[in-house]
Amino acid sequence: MIEAEFLASLIAASMRAGTPLLFATLGEIVAERSGVLNLGLEGVMVSGAMTGFYVSLVTGNPWLGVLAGGIAGLLLALIHAFFTVTLKVDQAVTGLMLVLLGLGLTGFLGRDLVGQVATYIQPVNILFLSSLPYGNAIFNHDPVVYVGILLVPLLWFLMNKTRYGMELFAVGENPEAADTMGIPVDRVRFLAVLIGGFLAGIGGAHLSLAYAKVWTDGLTAGRGWICLALVIFSGWMPQRAIFGAYLFGGLDVLSFKLQAVGLGVSYHFMRMIPYIFTILVLLFSVIREREKFGAPSALGKPYIREQKF
Amino acid sequence: MGVELTSNLDSGNKTGNNKTESKKILEMRGITKIFPGVIANDGVDLEVNVGEIHGLLGENGAGKTTLMSILYGLYRPDGGEIIFDREKVEFHSPGDAIRAGIGMVHQHFMLVSKMTALNNILLGYRTPKDPLMDYEWARKRIEKLSKTYGIEVDFDEQIINMSVGEQQRVEILKALFRDVKLLILDEPTSVLTPIETERLFKALRRMSEEGLTVIFITHKLREALEVTDRITVLRRGKNVGTLITKDTNERDLARLMVGREVEMIIEKKRKESKEGKAVLRIEAVHARNDRGLPALKGINLIVKQGEILGLAGVSGNGQKELEEVIVGTRKIEKGRLIFNGEDITDYGVARRVALGISCIPEDRIETGMAPSLTVEENLILRDYVKFTKNGFMDFEVIEKHAEKLIDEFGIRTPSPKVAARTLSGGNIQRLIIARELSRNPLLLVASQPTRGLDVAGIEYVRKRLISFAEEGKAVLLISEDLEEIMQLSDRIVVIYEGEIRGVFEREEADLEKIGILMSGGALEN
Repeated sequence: MIEAEFLASLIAASMRAGTPLLFATLGEIVAERSGVLNLGLEGVMVSGAMTGFYVSLVTGNPWLGVLAGGIAGLLLALIHAFFTVTLKVDQAVTGLMLVLLGLGLTGFLGRDLVGQVATYIQPVNILFLSSLPYGNAIFNHDPVVYVGILLVPLLWFLMNKTRYGMELFAVGENPEAADTMGIPVDRVRFLAVLIGGFLAGIGGAHLSLAYAKVWTDGLTAGRGWICLALVIFSGWMPQRAIFGAYLFGGLDVLSFKLQAVGLGVSYHFMRMIPYIFTILVLLFSVIREREKFGAPSALGKPYIREQKF
Repeated sequence: MGVELTSNLDSGNKTGNNKTESKKILEMRGITKIFPGVIANDGVDLEVNVGEIHGLLGENGAGKTTLMSILYGLYRPDGGEIIFDREKVEFHSPGDAIRAGIGMVHQHFMLVSKMTALNNILLGYRTPKDPLMDYEWARKRIEKLSKTYGIEVDFDEQIINMSVGEQQRVEILKALFRDVKLLILDEPTSVLTPIETERLFKALRRMSEEGLTVIFITHKLREALEVTDRITVLRRGKNVGTLITKDTNERDLARLMVGREVEMIIEKKRKESKEGKAVLRIEAVHARNDRGLPALKGINLIVKQGEILGLAGVSGNGQKELEEVIVGTRKIEKGRLIFNGEDITDYGVARRVALGISCIPEDRIETGMAPSLTVEENLILRDYVKFTKNGFMDFEVIEKHAEKLIDEFGIRTPSPKVAARTLSGGNIQRLIIARELSRNPLLLVASQPTRGLDVAGIEYVRKRLISFAEEGKAVLLISEDLEEIMQLSDRIVVIYEGEIRGVFEREEADLEKIGILMSGGALEN
C-alpha cells in the first residue's frame, strides 16, 4: 500500500510540476512552428513567475496573478518579435538577450518578494472522479493544470485541422511559398511569438503560484531550457508535449522524493536528474528518428522578401 | 464560387485578327526597377491580349523574372504603371495580385514540401467552412479543374515524394484553383523531361482555348516558337520587340535576344583514336542516397583521355550520387575507383582534388560556390593553400589571379571584390568553370553544366568543355538534356535506377533508343 500511495503522490506531483513546462513547451511549439526560435524562454518564464507572484501578493487574487504572468511573458515576447520579425535580427542573439534581461530584471525587482507569502492557486476537487482509485492524484488539482491539459487537444486541432494551422506550418516551412500565396508571413510570425510568450508567462506564474509557492531569485532554475529540449522531444507536436512535460515534472519531483526515502546519494546529484535526462532524451530522439523528426525548415531564419538567395 | 473558368470564351480570336483595345488583358507601361547597382527593368512596356500565350523571352539577367515579380506584387516598381483587366492596379503583395486574378508559377517551386498536394493547393485559401479545411469541397473542385485542363496529380501525396513534373502540376492547379485570368509561368520547362514538357504544352493550349491568358517566361527559343502566339523579347532590362510567333524564327529571335549572331549548334569533333588511356575507372561501385536507399547498384564506367563521356538519364536515377562518389563527398559502399592507375577509393576530397579531379556540381549555388564570399575568394576555393604567404592570405596575388580569370573566362562582374551571390546564373557558372579548369585537372565531372543558362551561356560552356577534352583531358558529362549529350559526347551511357543500361558510340546512338533506356525499357535485339 505504501507503494500505491507513493505512486499516487508521484503522479499528482508530476502533473503539478509538469504544468509550467507544458505551458511553456506548447507556447514554444507555436512560435517555432512559425519559424521563430525563442531561446529566451527561461527569461520569459521567470518574468511570468515573478510578475504573477507580485500581482497575487498585491491584489490577493491569484487569477489576476496568472493573467499578469501571461502578460509579462507577452511583453518580453513582444521585444523578441520586434527584433527578430520586424527588424530581422538574429533570433539566437535576441533570445539570449531575453534570458539575461528576464533573469536580471526579476532578480532586481523581486528582491523584496523573497520570503513573502502570496495568495496561491487552490486545487479544486472534481466531483465523483476524485474518489476513484488514483482519482485523488489526477482529479484534485488547481484549474490551471486542467487548462493546460485542455490546451493540448485545442492546439492540436487548430494546428492540424484549420487554415490557421496550415498557414502557421507553411510560414515555418517555406515562408516564400506562404508569401506568394498571400499569407502575411511577418504578421503570422509576430502573433505566434506573442502566443508563445503569453503561454510561457502563464507557465511561469503557475510555477510560483501553485508549484513552488514562493519567489526566489532565478526560480525557474533552467526550466526554460528544458522546455526548449521538450519541443524537440515532442517533434513540434502538442500531443506529444504533454508526455514530455509530465515526464520531466515527474523527474523533478522524483529527485525530491528519493531524497526523502534516503538513498544516501548527495542532494546535488539528485537535482541533476532532470538535466541529465534532458541530454539523454535529446540524444535518443535524434538517433531514433533522424528523418521523421523534422524541425520547421525555416526555423531560425529571418524572412526578407526582396532578397536574392 | 463554382468552377467558372470559361467565362471569357472568345479564344478563337487569336493574335493577328481583330486586335482591339478592349481585348488587352494586361498593359505594363514604363516599368522600372532598380536593384542596388543594377537596373533590372528600364522602362519596360508589355501588352498582353486576352486568351493568348505570350512568350517573354530573354537571357538570364534580362529582367524577365523581375518584371513578372513586379506584376505579381512581389517587388515594388520604382516607376511605371500597370493596367490589368481595364483597371489601373497597384499590388502591394502577391495576395493583391491573386485577388485580382493573376497567378504565378515560379521557377523555384513555391511549395511546402512536407505538406500534401491538396494542402499546398489550399494554402491561404478560404474554403466555405473556413477556418476549417473543407477538403471534400476542395477535392471536387480540383477534380473538375484537373479534367478541364488535363492536369492530374495525386492529392494526398506529399510534395517531397513527387517528381518535379508533378510538383509543377500542383503549382499550376494552385493558381487555377484561385480562378486566375492570367497565369505566369517562369521557365516552366527547365526542370522537365521532354515528355513532361509536351504534357505541359498541351495543358497550356487547353487553358488558352478556355480563355485563360498565359505568360510564358523562357530563354529556350524552340519552346517559345512552339507554344506561344506572340513573343516579347527583353534584353538588358529593355523591351527590344514584340513579335507574332508565326512570323519569326529561331535565328531572328536569338539575334534580338543576345544582340549579335549566335552559333546555334556546337558539336564536338570526333576523337581520332578510340584507344585513349583510361583516366577514371569506376569498378562495380555501390552507394546509398541521402535517405539511405541504394542509389548506385554496381556502376562500371571508364572515362578515357580526350573524350567526353555523356551520362544520359532522368534526374534522380543516381547521377547526383555518382558525381559525389567521384568527387569524394559520398561514401562508397562497395567497389573501387581507379584514377590514373591509382586506387582513390579511400581518398578524401582534398587528395582527389590534388590529383587532378575537378567538378562542376549540379547544384551550383549550394555546392559550387560560397555565395557570401567575393568573386576572387570563390576563384581560389580549391587551391587557397597555394595563395598564402607565411600563413596569411596573399590578397595581392589572389586579386591578380582573379583578374586574369575574369578576363580569360569573360565573367561579368563589377569587380573581383563583390560577393559572388550578386552575379547572374550564367556568370556564376563561368566563375565555377574558370576555377575548375584553371587548375589544369585531368578529369572534369560536369553535372548539368548548362541547366538554366541562356543561349550565350550555353554556347560558351559547351565550347569550353569541348576544347578541354580536345586538350587530351577527360570529361564526364552528366546531363538531362539529351540534345546536349548527343552533340558533345564521344560515347554515351544511359543510367536508370542506379544501373548502367546501355553504352553507345555516338554514331550508333539515336534518341529513340536512349529514350527507351532512360525510362527503364529494354532494347529488342
